[in-house]
Amino acid sequence: MGTATTASHDVGHRPRRPFDVQRVREDFPILKQEVHGKPLVYLDNAATTQKPRQVIEAEQQFYLHDNSNIHRGVHELSERATQAYEDGREKVRRFLNARESREIIFVRGTTEAINLVAQTFGRERVGAGDEIVISAMEHHSNIVPWQILCQEKGARLRVAPINDRGELIWEEFLKLLGARTRLVAVTHVSNVLGTVNPVKAIVDAAHRLDIPVLLDGAQAAPHQPVDVQALDCDFYAFSGHKVYGPTGVGVLYGKAKLLEAMPPYQGGGDMISSVTFEKTTYNTLPYKFEAGTPNVAGVVGLGAAIDYVSEIGLERIAAYEQELLQDAIRKLEKVPGLTMIGAARQKAAVISFVLEGLHPHDVGTVLDQEGVAVRTGHHCAQPLMDRFQVPATTRASFALYNTHQEVDALVAGLHKVREVLG
Amino acid sequence: MSDLRTLYQEVILDHSKRPRNFRLPADSNRQAEGFNPLCGDRITLYLKLDGDRITDLAFQGSGCAISTASASLLTETLRGKTTAEAEELFGKFHDLVTGKAKGTDSLGKLAVFSGVSEFPIRVKCATLAWHTLKSALEGGEKPVSTE
Ligand SMILES: Cc1ncc(COP(=O)(O)O)c(C=O)c1O
Repeated sequence: MGTATTASHDVGHRPRRPFDVQRVREDFPILKQEVHGKPLVYLDNAATTQKPRQVIEAEQQFYLHDNSNIHRGVHELSERATQAYEDGREKVRRFLNARESREIIFVRGTTEAINLVAQTFGRERVGAGDEIVISAMEHHSNIVPWQILCQEKGARLRVAPINDRGELIWEEFLKLLGARTRLVAVTHVSNVLGTVNPVKAIVDAAHRLDIPVLLDGAQAAPHQPVDVQALDCDFYAFSGHKVYGPTGVGVLYGKAKLLEAMPPYQGGGDMISSVTFEKTTYNTLPYKFEAGTPNVAGVVGLGAAIDYVSEIGLERIAAYEQELLQDAIRKLEKVPGLTMIGAARQKAAVISFVLEGLHPHDVGTVLDQEGVAVRTGHHCAQPLMDRFQVPATTRASFALYNTHQEVDALVAGLHKVREVLG
Repeated sequence: MSDLRTLYQEVILDHSKRPRNFRLPADSNRQAEGFNPLCGDRITLYLKLDGDRITDLAFQGSGCAISTASASLLTETLRGKTTAEAEELFGKFHDLVTGKAKGTDSLGKLAVFSGVSEFPIRVKCATLAWHTLKSALEGGEKPVSTE
């Protein structure tokens, strides 16, 4: 009894341990390597994050002991695999604070989640003359599915503009919402600028006009706590591989009421409850949207990734990454000829920049020789590049295992860039 | 570091910062566009063909150091050459940057691109102008893409 009380007391009042980045790094075997003879400095986390041992082992354990198809067999392994898969769904539900686990649909990633909504909800609800509102800072995967839909339906894609800081221009956004708006689809966090959009205000504004909202959470889910009930968004999408989980698995959250009313996405096994050649009755949620054998091991890995970040705590991760961001901004400001693109007041740990007179591709090549991995190019956001009138940028994006020394390595690498390229 | 120096040789840096024949010519009779979606490099190449002979070349656009220098050196190297000579040079140049051939005897100044073979993802940058040239010679209307 006494022990139990102490234990629960401990949980409730756990002192905030300082964030121990060296210990975190121990969990990521891949980071311990040299590239071109220099220690690897991995700053391409917005593209994909590295995986902790816990995730790799969870997938391995699944394949070593529990692998089977799910929802089909009566045998022990199928039972275990089904359980592991559904445990993964419950972990995601908790991660997003969704009301029910049937609101969690497993897909391949953010891209597929958005396409699913466009091809089901969109196809049914959007007609000629209707409008879909996105923003000027969207990833191609939150542009192209809507373009395809609009083309098919004779609908119009409206793009909310952003200011020079890389923030949504609120009044302009509001002006775009109207009687013809069928959906607002915006990114929670920009993968190029790091801008954190005022998503709660966006949802509230849209809901006042009964317009549903989809949030692209690919860059938000890894870096801050997400609560879909508090946000009251209608759809939320993210990718497993950007939250320290495996590739090939992602999540679409949708409000049950909307999902239930939507037609299925793909036809096949598991998504039906009965089939005759005359008529098929669709399965209940979430299976209606999960045709075919899903990425079971991927879901297991994603569950382990969620356990991993939840154990550390997304608030602590966010606080630590903000420290890195501020440090990096301070140091990059001093690099001659460097201009950062995007100075949003709410910003995640993503920095895009250009160096005067140098092309990002060359910058990236020299940094790579210094062991520093960054992304160069248009980052699947060509309209955003046009907005800032640059053909491409160099992007450094941080994760929980990055260090202040790595910020210094980036800065030193940029001095080397000048030395080599002039 | 030595790899970087062989990639970014002085001649390449010089041509990337001060590209030659970087202009819109008044009297070209062939042109083509090239695009490298991977890094956003974009060039337009202008030729003046007199029968079989390339009498003038110029280009415009924006790109990385390697693609800009490559376009610049291409315009210098090919002036006065026949189309057959140009295609032959492209073949040799391609072999050089992809590491298929080490010899640089007949390549003249283009030999400075030998370091590219150590950086496979930069091959597209080095060859963009040449693919564009090919398209211009073939009278292609469609922009060429490295993808
Ligand atoms: C904001 C944003 N949306 C969508 C995506 C697409 O994610 P995925 O390729 O995992 O489907 C990305 C990935 O780069 C992203 O950054």
